[in-house]
Amino acid sequence: MSGRGAILGRVRASLGPRDEDAARAAVAARLKRHPRNLVPDRANVGEAERVEMFVSQIEATHASVARVAAPDDVPAAVAAYLAQHNLPAAATLAPDVADLDWGSQPLLEARTGVPAEQDQVGVTAAFAAIAETGTLMLTSGRGSPITLNLLPDNHVVVLRRSQITGSLEDAWDALRASGGDAGMPRTAMFVSGPSSTADIELTLYLGAHGPRRLHIVLIED
Amino acid sequence: MQPTSRQFHENVDKALHDADLQTALFRVDKNFTSRRTAAVTAMPEFEALRDDAVRIKDHTLAHLDLYLEKFEENVTANGGQVHWASTPEDARRIILELCQAAGARTVTKGKSMIAEEVALNPFLEANGITPVETDLGEYIIQLADEPPSHIIGPAIHKTKEQVSDLFVAHHEKYGKTKRLTEGVDLVAEAREVLRPRYLEADVGITGANFLIAETGTSVIVTNEGNGDLTQQLPRTHIVIASLEKVVPTLEDASTILRVLARSATGQQMSVYTTFSTGPRRPDDPDGPDSYHVVLVDNGRSKLLGTEFQDILRCIRCGACFNHCPVYASIGGHAYGWVYSGPMGAVLTPTMIGIEEAHHLPSATPFCGRCEAVCPMRIPLPKMMRHWREQAFDKKLDTARQRLAVKAWAWVAQRPALYRRLTGLAVRYLAWRGRPLGRMRDLPFAAGWTDARDLPAPQGQTFAAQWARRRGAKG
Repeated sequence: MSGRGAILGRVRASLGPRDEDAARAAVAARLKRHPRNLVPDRANVGEAERVEMFVSQIEATHASVARVAAPDDVPAAVAAYLAQHNLPAAATLAPDVADLDWGSQPLLEARTGVPAEQDQVGVTAAFAAIAETGTLMLTSGRGSPITLNLLPDNHVVVLRRSQITGSLEDAWDALRASGGDAGMPRTAMFVSGPSSTADIELTLYLGAHGPRRLHIVLIED
Repeated sequence: MQPTSRQFHENVDKALHDADLQTALFRVDKNFTSRRTAAVTAMPEFEALRDDAVRIKDHTLAHLDLYLEKFEENVTANGGQVHWASTPEDARRIILELCQAAGARTVTKGKSMIAEEVALNPFLEANGITPVETDLGEYIIQLADEPPSHIIGPAIHKTKEQVSDLFVAHHEKYGKTKRLTEGVDLVAEAREVLRPRYLEADVGITGANFLIAETGTSVIVTNEGNGDLTQQLPRTHIVIASLEKVVPTLEDASTILRVLARSATGQQMSVYTTFSTGPRRPDDPDGPDSYHVVLVDNGRSKLLGTEFQDILRCIRCGACFNHCPVYASIGGHAYGWVYSGPMGAVLTPTMIGIEEAHHLPSATPFCGRCEAVCPMRIPLPKMMRHWREQAFDKKLDTARQRLAVKAWAWVAQRPALYRRLTGLAVRYLAWRGRPLGRMRDLPFAAGWTDARDLPAPQGQTFAAQWARRRGAKG
């Protein structure tokens, strides 16, 4: 542990003398209370406006949105999306969305679990979404394999209207409220659009390494 | 990498005569600056967010030891492990040992400036481990065996044709022999070639845009998703990050994220902002089995409390590059080391020494654009001035420069003499510049007039005009 002691020793020496008790108290308080800094005004709007803001913002990032009335309409919306893009009628589902009425789409070959290399479509559930920036929040867990958000070329995300928050800070509050003592999931991904790159001559190309297409099925519950 | 900052003037000469580079630099100027302006204009609270971001970092730096301890405590509580590296050698050794313990033959890498700083790739290669860069830009320059030329666009100096050439030369072993000319096809081929690399890698190495003390989390920001695949598919995820990446809470990271992407690419948020905490949980169907964070000092602890402390607020957005007239003329490679642009001109001397790098803080017109756009309000020009003072004190400039500065200082301390001499000089130059209003050559100033004309002064010195106007008003 010589590296640790040496580094922390140098940091303390450089910072110089300070009121140690006050410093520790300030750090402990900030970590415990995790106060918000400035949150932009536009994140503080009512539900209806929030939903429209989210939809228009994420559509501006080359993602698409389909609205359905109820959870059981999701499989039909997914099937329609696949047909629209001439994709094979097959999808790999996260366990979190496996309970939806997939039986209503007998032509759709739905499998549940982590993606295989050749899978073209992944369907996962969002943990939350952020209106301010048009961003999905996807968390890892038993029902949500994280690689399903990344490996298939087409990523469909199921989102409930009530999950759309105003700001990033609201989303953290939702995560803290849901987790109890469990704390952070291994991964919390914030996704704003399909994978893209501008590394060749600063021209934007979609589908760099992650999904080429991002589609949101929004349940108006 | 071996610094070439001493040969700055030769490097500059080469860059100015590189037509491809000049085209690429024009693109940087045209794209990044207008996108940032649009994004900043669309956010009414941008200035207030910058103030908050500065406050967060200053508070963290003032309590850096305590937040680092908390960060380690929380990484450990979540099943991960923190390693401390004082020097680049320590960092390389720790990472090699972790790779060897994982039985690694290939490792995938997300884009990381600190990995460039500690020269990780050549070291891994020398020890029989193949590192594969996965960010498209980093992948391109890895094939070209070059350092990054821009902090967020490592390969912006490459033309599409040069990328085609590199892919033809290096992709034959994957059965790709066709020469591609369209960008979209080049991106698709890189994706196809790299996908199996992710799947076969034993270890994934990423950098970190933030470390969060509250939760023991590392954060990466990408548009491609390469950093995500890099860290989720292999059994081991290693994060390499410098000390000053730590922030207290999720809320604090959120605030800085609001200024980061806007300043970098003009996006509100990058496509993927990913928070990683420990290894996969027992219930998780995927994710890495082990999670390590290598914290690198490399001289940063010694910057605290000095006139260079503020550079530790830097979040590597690249805005200062994109708005710098010097960078826009010479690109990144001319700076001769890993970091370039205004932040590189300040940071590089702390790492390779002012003796090696004294040309960098000298190459500035002090226009102040870098500080004006820096989301973290880092006083870059002021710090370049501090380096110039050190370079002068250490006698690193030429005898002629020193003599000129001393002569100027001697005259400037005698106002009457200064006014008389500058008055004479202005009249001489105005006379000499007739009838064009400019001159094509001038004794002792060939360095200027070889490349452009010097405009002739119009009338009197500024001081003389000022005195006259005040007299007229008074």
